[in-house]
Amino acid sequence: MVELTREPIDFAALTEAVRSPACGAVVLFLGTVREMTGDKRTLRLGYDAYPAMAEAKMAELEAEARRRWPLHELRLAHRVGTLELGDISVAVAVSSPHRADAFDAGRWLIDRLKEVVPIWKQEHWADGTTEWVHPGLGAS
Amino acid sequence: MTSPETTAGIQSVTVRLFAAARERAASDTVTVQLPAAATIRDLRAALGDNVPSLRPLLSHLFFAVGTDYAGDEVPIPESGEVVAFPPVSGG
Repeated sequence: MVELTREPIDFAALTEAVRSPACGAVVLFLGTVREMTGDKRTLRLGYDAYPAMAEAKMAELEAEARRRWPLHELRLAHRVGTLELGDISVAVAVSSPHRADAFDAGRWLIDRLKEVVPIWKQEHWADGTTEWVHPGLGAS
Repeated sequence: MTSPETTAGIQSVTVRLFAAARERAASDTVTVQLPAAATIRDLRAALGDNVPSLRPLLSHLFFAVGTDYAGDEVPIPESGEVVAFPPVSGG
């Protein structure tokens, strides 16, 4: 199940949702808003998305992960809007009978999400400037 | 070769922009006129001609039709609606 939301991500509820007696392993990954990037200080992040495509691509990632690994349950959630330091921007929760599959699937899901899902973050730096983050491009 | 029939028509293409592309264009959408047989490659070039502020991003832009990525060879859809955005940075 995938979700794009403006509300805070309830990672405890997501984790509970994937727990099962059929599984010996649950892996949870959280992406959180970091203050320092090198020597630059972030005040907050803005996240924007193309919602229809973001949810469609997240659903495709779920389907592909389920083909690749014997997963029992899977939750993928991404928040958009303005996030403060420490806030959770993304959560990946997976369960499987054994831990190797849960770790591998969780790692693959967050890596692919960052490559293909149309969501963008905008840095709000402490010096008052803003900057869209576009990997491979200089400051925009 | 492109036949005269397909080059005769002109279509209006509305491009929805996101993130730095939207900021540079100072608009959510840009509308350009293209030949009926145009592809995403033609649209990319037309965006640079019509919106000079997008030129630094042009070669990096991704395009989508509906909810699917559209490569340079993909024809402009009949709906005339296309999405364009710079590299993604979720997570």
